[in-house]
Amino acid sequence: MRELFRRQPKFSPTAPGDETRSIPDDLWIKCPKCNELQYSKDAERNLYVCPRCGHHARLSAAQRIDTLVDEGTFIEYDAGLTQSDPLEFVANGEAYRAKAASAGRKTHTNDALVCGTASICGQPVSLAVTEFGFMGASMGSVYGEKLVRAIERAIEGRLGLVTVSSSGGARMHESMFSLMQMAKTTAALAHLGDARLPHLSLLTDPCFGGVTASYATVADVIVAEPGAIIGFAGPRVIEQVTRQKLPEGFQTAEFLLEHGMIDLVVPRAQLPERIGTLLRHFAVQPEPAKSDDADITRSAEPAEALHD
Amino acid sequence: MTEQLNAWDRVQLARNAARPHALDYINELVKDFVELHGDRLFGDDHALIGGIGDFRGRTVVVLGHQKGANTRENIDRNFGMPRPEGYRKALRLIRQAEKFNLPVLTFIDTPAADPGLGSEERGQGNAIAENLIAMAAMRVPAIATVVGEGGSGGALAISIADRILMLENAIYAVASPEACATILWKDAAQAPAAAEILRITAHDLHGFGIADEVIPEPVAAHLQPSATIQRAGDAIERHLRDVEQTIATMGIDTLVATRYAKYRGIGRWVDNGETILRNGTVTNAPNGTEHVTSMQHSGSR
Repeated sequence: MRELFRRQPKFSPTAPGDETRSIPDDLWIKCPKCNELQYSKDAERNLYVCPRCGHHARLSAAQRIDTLVDEGTFIEYDAGLTQSDPLEFVANGEAYRAKAASAGRKTHTNDALVCGTASICGQPVSLAVTEFGFMGASMGSVYGEKLVRAIERAIEGRLGLVTVSSSGGARMHESMFSLMQMAKTTAALAHLGDARLPHLSLLTDPCFGGVTASYATVADVIVAEPGAIIGFAGPRVIEQVTRQKLPEGFQTAEFLLEHGMIDLVVPRAQLPERIGTLLRHFAVQPEPAKSDDADITRSAEPAEALHD
Repeated sequence: MTEQLNAWDRVQLARNAARPHALDYINELVKDFVELHGDRLFGDDHALIGGIGDFRGRTVVVLGHQKGANTRENIDRNFGMPRPEGYRKALRLIRQAEKFNLPVLTFIDTPAADPGLGSEERGQGNAIAENLIAMAAMRVPAIATVVGEGGSGGALAISIADRILMLENAIYAVASPEACATILWKDAAQAPAAAEILRITAHDLHGFGIADEVIPEPVAAHLQPSATIQRAGDAIERHLRDVEQTIATMGIDTLVATRYAKYRGIGRWVDNGETILRNGTVTNAPNGTEHVTSMQHSGSR
């Protein structure tokens, strides 16, 4: 079990010339909302937020980590986990693992979640960030296992947990194993709560399905980026089922704030400071007194309790 | 008789309107059942019912998805698709079960959680998620039985339990075969092929270690409802006794830890080229790292 906490300093998204940057230096980037053109260097400086309309473009996991954590503090863990194929899933002549491998070549990640430790405005955290470019950041076994390990790492190191989620939901290719990751990840959060450690959940565009219906909305504070589309059922599904045109602004971060579903809508540039402040406020909570009962109730290493 | 059926046949049986639904099980298995209504926040959901009653000598809290037997009933029941109010009613009753130290029995039978405008406005995702964490940590025993359709997160939201039982012709899936076919081939008519790929039958899930027992249907449930319900009742009682025995000998803390370990262990991945099974047997782990499996209890009855 200790192996889980071994440092694996492989990933450094802030390194110069990093291959994981998906945008070359000499490119003009068009805002998908207002068509404003930005020079890529300027876009990077603006954190990929359109200076004209304020549209927050989607970020890769590496870009997200770059824009959120203190420079040079991110250490990745569990990067080596990759997909098993319990269903031997093949569709349209393409095997699941081949599909995942090809997604990985594009994103330079082995699955849809990148986990590690970092600090945000000086506050140490256990961090889990989705990579939407990897099969729509769908949640399967690797995603679930890495997230639970990130939660365990938070408990072990007395760190706050920050999750950044943008996902299409559970991953079809692992069927029930994927659905069960909703239960697995959410159940692990009960242990984090018992340890009186905060979970801050940042929802980014787009976030749906099994992720919205599990760990990402069981948090002490839920933050979303402006304009992010967030919901349980996707807009197309709702339109098909209800045969109604969806109202303007439906399922936006602002809509969720208005309906009491999230705490804050925070522009990207202010995220480190706001999350850092929240972490500081929650960090004053002392570790609960250890009693034998508490240890048994939710052992951090459940397998031990069940050893045959 | 139903052993030779393929996945799509079983989907049809699971969805058969004449198949016994949650209330049929409750009426036959739970004496003096009193249905309790409302989430105390917004409304009463007719697609997710709950209440309290006597199951073979002990008081239990019962939750179930309720489909209709005909169109009129189905409109009232929203085709068995709960809105957030349903999940929040379930949460209220789970808290009540904990308060009075009562076991929770759930009957799973839903195509999905309701995907409507109102459900989104009232936080469908959060309503499901709060149930997952509450049921994972609840300090009373729970037995979930998939009696028909286990439709994704809408089913999962009341099926976190110490044991998951499945009727032989029940299904449990991450997405409906139609939705899967639409994603894969942009054609919902390919649902039969999707049903095979998704591995959604009771036997599949038992093989994966996710379902603890398959309750046989020698004759499809809608042709022999009473016999099927009694058989399910016997299996539920047997598992409940077993879980109660765990509490009696090892304490409730052990049960809660065991339940967590079950879910903590679900998933399969490859680490450094080796397949690590976390829900069955131990495999050789790389670099001397020992990946201890979780558990598999009474799965092969």
